[in-house]
Amino acid sequence: MSLKTYERIRSNPKFQAFVSKRNRFSIIMSILMIIAYYGYILLIAFNKPFLATKMGPGLVTSIGIPMGVGVILFTIILTWIYVRRANTEFDTEAEAIIKEATK
Amino acid sequence: MSITHKNLFVAISGLALLALAGGALAAGADLGQTTKQATNWTAIAMFAVFVGATLYITKWAASKTKSAADFYTAGGGITGFQNGLAIAGDYMSAASFLGISGLVFASGFDGLIFSIGWLVGWPVITFLMAERLRNLGKFTFADVASYRFAQTPLRSFAATGTLVVVAFYLIAQMVGAGQLIKVLFGLEYIYAVMLVGVIMMMYVLFGGMTATTWVQIIKAVMLLVGATFMAVMVLLQFNFSPEALFAKAVEVHAKHDSIMGPGALINDPISAISVGMALMFGTAGLPHILMRFFTVPNAKEARKSVAWATTWIGYFYILTFIIGFGAVVMLIQDPAAYYVPKMVDGVQAIGADGNPLWDGLKGGGNMAAVHLANAVGGNMFLGFISAVAFATILAVVAGLTLSGASAVSHDLYASVWRHGNVDSVTELRVSKITTVILGIIAVLLGIIFEKQNVAFMVMLAFTVACSANFPVLFMSVLWKNCTTKGAVAGGTVGLILSVALTIMSPAVWEASLGNPKGSAMFPYASAAIFSMTAAFFVIWLVSILDNSAQAQKERALFGDQLIRSETGVGASGASGH
Repeated sequence: MSLKTYERIRSNPKFQAFVSKRNRFSIIMSILMIIAYYGYILLIAFNKPFLATKMGPGLVTSIGIPMGVGVILFTIILTWIYVRRANTEFDTEAEAIIKEATK
Repeated sequence: MSITHKNLFVAISGLALLALAGGALAAGADLGQTTKQATNWTAIAMFAVFVGATLYITKWAASKTKSAADFYTAGGGITGFQNGLAIAGDYMSAASFLGISGLVFASGFDGLIFSIGWLVGWPVITFLMAERLRNLGKFTFADVASYRFAQTPLRSFAATGTLVVVAFYLIAQMVGAGQLIKVLFGLEYIYAVMLVGVIMMMYVLFGGMTATTWVQIIKAVMLLVGATFMAVMVLLQFNFSPEALFAKAVEVHAKHDSIMGPGALINDPISAISVGMALMFGTAGLPHILMRFFTVPNAKEARKSVAWATTWIGYFYILTFIIGFGAVVMLIQDPAAYYVPKMVDGVQAIGADGNPLWDGLKGGGNMAAVHLANAVGGNMFLGFISAVAFATILAVVAGLTLSGASAVSHDLYASVWRHGNVDSVTELRVSKITTVILGIIAVLLGIIFEKQNVAFMVMLAFTVACSANFPVLFMSVLWKNCTTKGAVAGGTVGLILSVALTIMSPAVWEASLGNPKGSAMFPYASAAIFSMTAAFFVIWLVSILDNSAQAQKERALFGDQLIRSETGVGASGASGH
């Protein structure tokens, strides 16, 4: 790519807006993941009895197990949400910015 | 090329025969445990089919591996879905399959903590790294980290970080292979280690990334199918009620109800967060995983790969949890079939309650999943799972070796030593020589570390990855003011601290090196919270203090790097690297 393309992209306000929008989304998603995971880990560290609490009277399954499986499912879903949005909305915007700079 | 090919095929067949003969001799000499470790021809046949098929693929891949780019990235033409499976195949190691199910078998709930930890790194890679890696890099993660920096210091550091991680990870895999083949074939440990070394070398040497990718894809599919079957068979006995499964497990397990809650794995919050950091950010610093992002044609496919990888890996960890509990339910009640008798003066010892005493699972605690395969699917399925577990090791080891070889040939040889003035053919030759050397080192490491715990070695690799590779990669891509000096200083501090503190931690200092209990100088389970923080701090501090002309130049280059990393303008396309 020519230096001119880079120069045009850099001076395009849409590029700055695009980068900050996508970064904001990445950071929010990362924070959600960190809260879910470290929340679970800190529960293990500080409140083991809570996680070992039974799901109901007469049941053996403890609360910690569906919560743990929940963290796994949450991880998968969160990843797909990001990829969906990045592969459609963000990629379209990025292509438009490149097109503007190379025409 | 074809002559070398033939010679190696002959060599490997010879080695395989030698191994079998040696195994038969060993079996004859050691009468104590032979009955349940007799040669299992079903397992051997299935493994032979796998090796045959993958070597055939390797032959095909060899015809496509002509340049260094083919060797490193399969020409960049792998699709996102294929790469997702290959990443899963690269990541779902023997340590996850055998180690986690073994941990669940031993202490229940605690295994889940590890499963989650090993998964949560993937969103971090997705949100922060995947597309930027693809947009900036070509062959190795050092390409990305050194994009705007001085090549020699940064690549030397990145290659060191790569090789250290690869070494620790390799040890775990080779030890796993040796342990597995003892149960599977009744073979000597050493033959298994050599067999893995030789077959893996064939994949990488001749087929490069193309063969490695397909070995990983086939293995991932086989492992997912096999693990699904085991989990379904376990749940079937309980009418698909996890509650009924857990109830039975609590009844038969020696620890009873305590397997339903967190046990001794995490005791203090510092260790808890530290282990969590190692697993979460370590994944984003594993060189053999990062390398896989360069095999797809663009950022879109890179994102898809990581989403598919996360899906398969998450699903697999849920399966291992069920498999671990299945092993509790089915193996503990049948000690005669799966346990080693506790022998005193040549006869089995009898406990105070009049029952015979047992000495733990045959082949060790990591064999829970393998024994369960026999329990749910008979000898035929045991053969399948054993072949799959062995194939797992081959696929992971091939990926690790390829990544180590790239670090040496692309980063150290081509960039540092020859300053980029090297043709593709020469670089390819250096990669291949390195592959052979790494194969030999892997075999030697496997022999030296025979008695070590597999899961702990992988932890060490993650700790180094999150403390050395990840901070450098993260800061160089995302922080404008980062400089060469900052990145190298911080990364080096992270590398040294992570290794030193891990050696001084109880798991290594006391449990592995045999020092008295309480003598470990570093009290926590993982070094990550200190070593990773220190790495980031030093990168920041040295970078802001660095006002050299070089530093100014590097900061000025951030603008163009940002444009390329965010939009993919100028990124290397498929196969046209």
